Amino acid sequence: MADVIDHPSRAAATPPDTRAATGYNFAYLDEQTKRMIRRAILKGVAIPGYQVPFGSREMPLPYGWGTGGIQVTAAVIGPDDTLKVIDQGADDTTNAVNIRSFFAKTAGVATTERTTEASVIQTRHRIPETPLTEDQILVYQVPIPEPLRWLEPREAETRKMHALEEYGAMHVSLYEDIARYGRIIKSYNYPVKVNDRYVMAPSPIPKFDNPKMDRMPALQLFGAGREKRIYAVPPYTKVKSLDFEDHPFTVESWEQSCALCGAGDSYLDEVVTDDKGGKMFVCSDSDYCEQRRDAGHQGDGGDSNYATRNEIPENETSSGDDR
Amino acid sequence: MTVDPVFQRPSPLLQVRGITHRYGHHIGCRDVGFDLYPGEVLGIVGESGSGKTTLLKCISGQMEPSEGSVEYQTRDAGLIDLFRMSEARRRLLMRTDWGIVYQNPRDGLRMRVSAGANVGERLMAIGDRHYGHIRSEAVDWLERVEMDIGRIDDMPHTFSGGMQQRLQIARNLVTKPRLVFMDEPTSGLDVSVQARLLDLIRGLVRTLGIACVIVTHDLGVVRLLSHRLMVMKGGSVVESGLTDQVLDDPQHPYTQLLVSSILPV
Ligand SMILES: Nc1ncnc2c1ncn2[C@@H]1O[C@H](COP(=O)(O)OP(=O)(O)OP(=O)(O)O)[C@@H](O)[C@H]1O
Ligand SMILES: [Mg+2]
Ligand SMILES: [Zn+2]
Repeated sequence: MADVIDHPSRAAATPPDTRAATGYNFAYLDEQTKRMIRRAILKGVAIPGYQVPFGSREMPLPYGWGTGGIQVTAAVIGPDDTLKVIDQGADDTTNAVNIRSFFAKTAGVATTERTTEASVIQTRHRIPETPLTEDQILVYQVPIPEPLRWLEPREAETRKMHALEEYGAMHVSLYEDIARYGRIIKSYNYPVKVNDRYVMAPSPIPKFDNPKMDRMPALQLFGAGREKRIYAVPPYTKVKSLDFEDHPFTVESWEQSCALCGAGDSYLDEVVTDDKGGKMFVCSDSDYCEQRRDAGHQGDGGDSNYATRNEIPENETSSGDDR
Repeated sequence: MTVDPVFQRPSPLLQVRGITHRYGHHIGCRDVGFDLYPGEVLGIVGESGSGKTTLLKCISGQMEPSEGSVEYQTRDAGLIDLFRMSEARRRLLMRTDWGIVYQNPRDGLRMRVSAGANVGERLMAIGDRHYGHIRSEAVDWLERVEMDIGRIDDMPHTFSGGMQQRLQIARNLVTKPRLVFMDEPTSGLDVSVQARLLDLIRGLVRTLGIACVIVTHDLGVVRLLSHRLMVMKGGSVVESGLTDQVLDDPQHPYTQLLVSSILPV
């Protein structure tokens, strides 16, 4: 049964494309634009979690396809970099393939599907399971950068709320969850406080990934194209998920492990295996799953009948505390 | 309460001097000054367009006046001019030590979150991170404004106008403010609803010892609630004094007209 669902086979890094498209500047954007974006990134790094406005450019992709992330990637990538692009944890989705080939063409850089081989990783929806290192940059595609927007539609007002650290409203949304459902049900784009100062939207990653942002050795950059905002979390910066003392932050867990590789510590996706309603849980991070299987790990092929997703308190030590 | 060391009387909570506000060339209010003492209720009456709301916005920090000063007796640093303190400090003051109850509940409530969250927001804003505590405070305050606690998770738009005003009051009082500003809190409500709301406000203000500035065009409201009264016309204060004195023995022709028009009551 394990062969029903198979992640695409991993090739080693593709070498730099010597036939890179001509007629474009390196990585598509002109140097002046890249400098402008780099300045915004530097400011973002200097003020962790602060949203820096930037002059977002028209890209040969519609908004919603990661134009913010692409511009950030274009501004930081160099000819010697190796790029990985993931979408929903996988490297083979249309969006990921398009962005990867965009940079292979316009920058001629090497690309890879392996987390450990990449120096720049552009992502939508996930942080790789394999811990990132100081030598890597993680670029997030962000649709809505403003975590306060749901409550306060006026931009001038949200800027003021950030400036004055008026963040009571963020807990109002968590309060509403508990009042209505008995627990905090927000599971994506779960708000965090960065470096004990700015409240930040981590982009639509599952809250499962939030603890990975905390004191991550890699530089984390966030680009929102439509909203024209860049923000950053420098290496080893504290990132704390908001919560209540009596309703601490928790992450998703599963009763079973990955049907393909047996991993018990990764974020699992439920996939349909046949037209009779058969289902199994597999790693959402396809590279992680593949690497484990290559190393000889095996799952049960999805035999465990049924299991549900739990909530367990996150290990206190992994997120620190700032109350 | 701060006490004047020489005269042994409390010093004013709010000291307003020479407030003038212009909208372009148009005068909103002109040269208004008064002192408000802890626990005192000041009524501001006058016809439509007389400058009541303009004045209230200026003295409650919502709008900077063209001229004049508003000083507030802070808990930690004595009298401070509202518009000289940092914006951060002013905003903190406005959501902790002060309350503002608007005529239109939409201006004073978060319509997209539940009644309980509306009451709890201020607590969360000043750092309360214990859900159970926030929840029990919300229950307590909904009870104090005589709302059905079974509706704590309902959205504000599902409540009647009178209940929305009660919710606004609870939302403001949860941080135990020393000063509350109210702009026509009962207008637009049915007479019987108005009367019950006024009773509630009077009870809360008295038992909690809150100082209050209440704007209304209804002399019945000030008669019931306020210790002192200011009568405005055309942007200026034409008469002021103890409420009973002003209403029983009005001096200015305009006040006389106002009073005579409600004599049957
Ligand atoms: N935003 C504004 N721009 C220009 N003029 C204004 C503005 N707000 C109020 N005014 C004018 O200032 C004067 C005082 O208005 P204000 O709203 O303070 O009166 P009010 O006593 O509160 O009246 P009402 O009883 O109708 O609420 C009026 O002449 C009004 O037209
Ligand atoms: Mg008015
Ligand atoms: Zn797996």
